[in-house]
Amino acid sequence: MTDVPRVAAGVTGRSQIRRFGFWIFFLVLLIVAPLVFNTTFGVSLLNQMGIVIVFALSYNMLLGQGGMLSFGHAVYMGLGGFMTAHALIFIDEGLFDVPLPVVPLFGGLFGLLFGILFGSFSTRRAGTIFAMISLGIGELVAGLSLIFVFFFGGEEGISANRTDPMPFFGLRFGQDIQVYYLIAFWVFVATAAMYFFSRTPAGRMANAVRDNPERAEFVGYSQRIVRFISFSAAGFFAGIAGGLFAVNYEIVTEENLNLITSGTALLMAYIGGIGFFIGPMVGAVLFTLLQSVLGAYTDIWQLYVGILFLATVVFMPTGLTGILMMHIPAAQRGTLRQLVLPYLVAAGPALAALLGVSGLLELIHHANTAPAGEGEMGLFFLTFDANAILPWLVFVLLAAGGIAGLRLLAPGLAAAWSEASGYRPRGGPK
Amino acid sequence: MTAALELRGLAKSFGRTQIIMGVDLAIEAGERHAIIGPNGAGKSTLFHLISGRYRVSGGQIFLHGEEITNLPPYEINRKGLARSFQVTNIFPRMSVFENVRCALLWSMGYRYSFWRTVDREQELTDRADDVLAQIGMTERRNIPAAVLTYAEQRALEIGITMAGGAGVLMLDEPTAGMSHSETEQVVSLIRKVSEGRTLVMVEHDMGVVFDLADRISVLVYGEIIACDVPEKIRENKAVKEAYLGALLEDQEAQP
Repeated sequence: MTDVPRVAAGVTGRSQIRRFGFWIFFLVLLIVAPLVFNTTFGVSLLNQMGIVIVFALSYNMLLGQGGMLSFGHAVYMGLGGFMTAHALIFIDEGLFDVPLPVVPLFGGLFGLLFGILFGSFSTRRAGTIFAMISLGIGELVAGLSLIFVFFFGGEEGISANRTDPMPFFGLRFGQDIQVYYLIAFWVFVATAAMYFFSRTPAGRMANAVRDNPERAEFVGYSQRIVRFISFSAAGFFAGIAGGLFAVNYEIVTEENLNLITSGTALLMAYIGGIGFFIGPMVGAVLFTLLQSVLGAYTDIWQLYVGILFLATVVFMPTGLTGILMMHIPAAQRGTLRQLVLPYLVAAGPALAALLGVSGLLELIHHANTAPAGEGEMGLFFLTFDANAILPWLVFVLLAAGGIAGLRLLAPGLAAAWSEASGYRPRGGPK
Repeated sequence: MTAALELRGLAKSFGRTQIIMGVDLAIEAGERHAIIGPNGAGKSTLFHLISGRYRVSGGQIFLHGEEITNLPPYEINRKGLARSFQVTNIFPRMSVFENVRCALLWSMGYRYSFWRTVDREQELTDRADDVLAQIGMTERRNIPAAVLTYAEQRALEIGITMAGGAGVLMLDEPTAGMSHSETEQVVSLIRKVSEGRTLVMVEHDMGVVFDLADRISVLVYGEIIACDVPEKIRENKAVKEAYLGALLEDQEAQP
């Protein structure tokens, strides 16, 4: 019928294997993860990660895939969470009964319902106006949560018991590890479904409308309906994340739908890289780690997350995933080894800058919060006197030297990367 | 026989400024029609009115006898009218192939479906590759549209416009800013893709216009002062005075 070479067809055998490969790897990872991190802390961390992965991915259906900057995405997660908590209470009261793994679906459907409701008017416009409306809805629902106490439970929120539903093949989900596999199941299903969506005509046109809404209209698509479909779907998956939250923590409060939670979705997606499907997953995992590991170590962990976010926006807008992807050409050419030495050399000043800046921040924080005269502080496994001049001097020197060193090394790093990737250096001979 | 595209008393004003002042025009099916005129005559505005980008201030537009006045662009497109833009208007972050595929989706009946992936649709892929072959972009298939050269982006623009199989194609200055050889390529491309369709184009290059067009309309200050076959337009006194004379002498004076 056509003489276009078949090689150019959409799906070649190899790419099919590669695509399957990712899902098999992901599945194995989900199954094995709690066997490796088998402490109580480890499993609770994994549960948290799973929940925010679904949340961050659903957020990226708006931002990365559809070009909609939302400041109120937690609304759909929160509402889904509350609905799931109520579903558990209804089950406890004997209104109906389904096994626990089905219960997050109530959250998803509730998120979908409100995605349709709020999406119907907020997706009329894109850009700044959309962002403003999302902010307004976020404030509105957070405010309403203190008024409609019967649904939101006021300041205490709504508590539920996940062991109330009928057993699922004998499982009652009393243990964290059982909940983990419930969450892992939903993470896998939701991730696969969101990826699937991105490959459908509606998902492809979401990209097109993101790139050029006007042009999309001239190839037959209403930009508003395209955005509306993505928005509703994102509401559904955020609702699933909320449902998983309710099942895991057995309590949902106003915090789950306020602007701070909406902000974390943006943070996670952006740090991970909104231009890639797996970007928000990477961001969600990193964010959870920073929150719990760094959070256990320092009070000002949010400041570090903020700095990381700023650094991402300014220096690497493609996110962490983007940085990884930058190395694919070199990996394909087998020249990745050329980069080991330059990277190791740069690691020195990078580490110094990191130590210096965080040391200074911790010193300032200590000076602000420690009782007067209390000078002893511990940092980086050292104990020293924060009132002495020496620690300040050391950290200033480390920070200044590290940053200066990085600036000095940056052109060389870029050149090494270009060479390893097979790109000609800018302005160089042809 | 109903015209492929018909304008009746079409008018557009922005505030108190009248840009289009009662344009009547009928373009027959299969005709290649060029709209020429000095800068600021309202040629692009006319395009925007017909394709639904602007709302009209007065008059009516008919596509194959069916009124399309003030319909949104996507509905006009679905009825079989596709257009290109003077300033390149593509999907920059998507691959060349995906640009064309997106332009095909609606016309092939995929609508807003979210229950099947585009990857498994062999006919869709084949049709998109056919279009790529026609516009000579098979080699550039998988690179982001944003990194194409200017001439390539213009070709892709035409590819997106014609992909959906619309019966009426409207091209807004398809050769603007192109070199001589690039222009020649685009002209042969336009000749090829407009085969069996109705073509309406705005163009400044008189060589291209007189080469391609079956009929020419001359738009000056929002009014059509002449509409005829190229030979007659060339001889038309009013056209010469208003616009063409100076322009043709200009072009002939060039080596």
